[in-house]
Amino acid sequence: MSETPDAPKSGFRFRDLGKMFGGAQSSGRQVGILGALVVIIILFEGLTGGLTLDPVNLINLVNQNAYVLILAIGMVMVIIAGHIDLSVGSIAAFVGIVVATAMVSWHFPPPLAFLLGLLMGVVIGAWQGWWVAYVGVPAFIVTLAGMLIFRGANQFFGNSNTVTTPDSFNIIGGGNIPDFGPQFGFSNGTLLLGVLAIIAIVWQEIRQRRTQGLMGAEKAPVWVSVFKVVVLALVAGGATYLFATGRIGTSYPVSGIILGVLVLIYSFVTRNTTFGRHIYAVGGNWHAAELSGVNIKRINFLVMMNMSVLASIAGMVGVARAGASGPGDGTGWELDAIAAVFIGGAAVAGGIGTIVGSIVGGLVIAVLNNGLQLLGVSNDRVQIIKGLVLLFAVGIDVYSKRQGRPSIIGLWSSRQRRNSGDDAPTSGAAPLDRPSIEPDGNSAEASSRPPSTTPN
Amino acid sequence: MVPAENESPTILEMKSITKEFPGVKALENVSIRVAAGEIHAICGENGAGKSTLMKVLSGVYPYGTYTGEIVYLGETVRFRDIRASEAAGIAIIHQELALIPQLSITENIFLGNEPRKRGAIDWVEAHRRAIDLLARVGLTDDPDTQIKNIGVGKQQLVEIAKALNKNVKLLILDEPTAALNEADSQHLLDLILGLRGRGIAAIMISHKLNEIEQIADSITIIRDGHTVETLNVKRDGVDEDRIIRGMVGRVLEHRFPERNSHIGEVFFEVKNWNVQHPLTAERMVVKNSSFIVRRGEVVGFAGLMGAGRTELAMSIFGRSYGNFISGELYKDGKQIQARNVGEAIDNGIAYVSEDRKALGLNLLDDIKDSVVAAKLSKISRAQIINHVEEHNVADEYRKSLRIKTPTVDEGVNKLSGGNQQKVVLAKWLFTDPDLLILDEPTRGIDVGAKTEIYGIIRDIAAQGKGVILISSELPELLGVSDRIITIFEGAITNNVPASEADPETLLKSMTSTKKKVNDK
Repeated sequence: MSETPDAPKSGFRFRDLGKMFGGAQSSGRQVGILGALVVIIILFEGLTGGLTLDPVNLINLVNQNAYVLILAIGMVMVIIAGHIDLSVGSIAAFVGIVVATAMVSWHFPPPLAFLLGLLMGVVIGAWQGWWVAYVGVPAFIVTLAGMLIFRGANQFFGNSNTVTTPDSFNIIGGGNIPDFGPQFGFSNGTLLLGVLAIIAIVWQEIRQRRTQGLMGAEKAPVWVSVFKVVVLALVAGGATYLFATGRIGTSYPVSGIILGVLVLIYSFVTRNTTFGRHIYAVGGNWHAAELSGVNIKRINFLVMMNMSVLASIAGMVGVARAGASGPGDGTGWELDAIAAVFIGGAAVAGGIGTIVGSIVGGLVIAVLNNGLQLLGVSNDRVQIIKGLVLLFAVGIDVYSKRQGRPSIIGLWSSRQRRNSGDDAPTSGAAPLDRPSIEPDGNSAEASSRPPSTTPN
Repeated sequence: MVPAENESPTILEMKSITKEFPGVKALENVSIRVAAGEIHAICGENGAGKSTLMKVLSGVYPYGTYTGEIVYLGETVRFRDIRASEAAGIAIIHQELALIPQLSITENIFLGNEPRKRGAIDWVEAHRRAIDLLARVGLTDDPDTQIKNIGVGKQQLVEIAKALNKNVKLLILDEPTAALNEADSQHLLDLILGLRGRGIAAIMISHKLNEIEQIADSITIIRDGHTVETLNVKRDGVDEDRIIRGMVGRVLEHRFPERNSHIGEVFFEVKNWNVQHPLTAERMVVKNSSFIVRRGEVVGFAGLMGAGRTELAMSIFGRSYGNFISGELYKDGKQIQARNVGEAIDNGIAYVSEDRKALGLNLLDDIKDSVVAAKLSKISRAQIINHVEEHNVADEYRKSLRIKTPTVDEGVNKLSGGNQQKVVLAKWLFTDPDLLILDEPTRGIDVGAKTEIYGIIRDIAAQGKGVILISSELPELLGVSDRIITIFEGAITNNVPASEADPETLLKSMTSTKKKVNDK
């Protein structure tokens, strides 16, 4: 890639790649993590002698991780709003056992049982959201309590027994798209999905260019768009090919489709709706959000509730994959989801993070896990490596921010920006630490204000 | 007892102190000389540089970040941090107290300085010494009482006890009586006089000129980062008027826009507004205040820090400050309800806060997100944001307010203070307000940007909107407002057309309760 710092208005801009993810200020980080994912995949593909990108393994990878990634969707919204949710694993387990019992003992048809599970997610979420938003108990405490409560509820309700779920329900966790049409060695369902994905990629790019035109913003040169579309289409096409050429009767898994649909919906919600915008506002500076008329309590309530609903979906997908619900389900899921979110570029203090980033972060862990297992690395060492990856991923980010210098990837973009002639006194160099010009600013008026009207 | 200038030995001399922040000189060639055993007051308007000077002295801004020389007890000193200046016997007591509410009086006094016996804290000794120190500041409270359970006045005294424990020779008090009531203030002033009797010099920063007149031996006046003069209270026969003249005695150097006021009907009215402090119920921060705003009028609110201007404004803006007690709002003759910020915005009230970083902006946002943040409904249908419209709206404000940025996709944290303030103005103009409340809109921005903001304020008024301008800079209030209301201790004390106002009378109304309201 040839960079021409003196010609910022034309040519390939690394920053534009970041815009693919929609995040304004975290995009550099996300390009970085996406690069890390690609490197890890290539690394393990080599180390395992081609086992990583084997169709059977890929299908497994998706099935094994879909529920954690579903949790990551909700978790990133919770973390953007400045909270945390430790209860999702327990909620998933509790919903799982109730849904399994409903089908086996009460003879609920699977769709009805699924709706029951969603309803439980809503009720549990309303309970937790009420404590967080309206009582003002920190989410850490509320969900720590929830972690204990719903773990206990799972074991109390199921007598610590395991309940096997019917095959018709298990489709959502381990199922494949039923095959149809003429047979020529590929899964036709997967091919159809792949074609739809490529169409969506092209359409999205055209739409984006049209939007940029309407905004009067400078457009990236056409060749950049073409290049981007071709690369993305090749990735999608390659993935389609891999998933479509698995064992006969296999295809892109149903759990992956559920995940994909949720990612699309929630990306839209966080990027294009007032609700999504308010989540970022509350997490970024809730004082300012409150003084802008945002109903903070309502946002906190909805974010916590939404998390529990997604936890119930994840729980049901997890049960369906295992074919049974047991007392140990969902243990540690909350931590996997939280790790995915932070590797994916979210800020601990809130206000920063994206759905797509979190999914990529989750995939990094998933591929790492999977690759190490394929290499025969024992579970103890896998955990050590995962822990170190989390620590270093976030550590590098924190370090580069504190030094006031952008990350290695961010360097590309800031060099271009420096030429664009704004009157900012400090370009990217720790602007928040600039001393206020009038040191009397900490007035008695300011200090007599209460620290908060809602406790968190 | 009271030393005359040049006769008694000097305890402290700060020579030609210059301190710069990026883009602004907070202090330029400031010199001050404190004689041993005197009370030396530093006076100046908000932002004149008083606190900065004290931070230089106490090592908050360490040696090397300023130029000039500090001579203390006959030696040139170079403090690296507060610990170094404390070790030398200089203690600073900030207007925000540095006590830990959950710890006891004893624990606070000895925090970081605990008496030890064989490595463990000697609580018996600490307790004994605490009682002794408390007696010296006139407190009889049990030293095991938690700080949060004693009043602000007593907390102030505990701070002084803490300083005495460190063998203080020079005590710096930054607005020590700002949060105290009359009786507590008097007690504190007596204590400072008592300490002088025991040879402890004090530097005192205060806006309450009557207190300065009462206890100070000499006064240094600072204006815009420069030393104006040093007065000897006894010799020069200083009174409040003399101090005020020193503080404001300057030609108006800011260029203010031409005032073509077309003042219309009264459209906004606040009646009998009462607000309680959010934490201490017995403290009223706004007392029975009533005022009116006319269309096309800029109403300036003058008052000292802590007078209640911000509290009044924020409580009107959807009760976002304090506990609302009573009061009525009228707009165009009809009573309106603004029980939360959403209702206030819907009623056409907008509030630009004094602290744009903490309260006005989400610094993680880009410009366009910030501009539309208070009225997302205007650019969305069925809760779905129209990004094209958002961008175009922000871009229009970028052009009309001349926000210096290549694109509105830039993060607001990349902007200078003046441009950030324009983004905040854009955000509130976008809500189509009828009444725009501006709280210190030019704080911390450079002179050029100030002039632009003044122009914008006059433009807004020219569109027939009402503007409330809260400012600590009197020249600004006189130059931009049509009418000026003064507030002292939560109550309105004066209400005059700007054309009839002068700094001296305004300062008087800002520092005393003498009520002189003519409501027309």
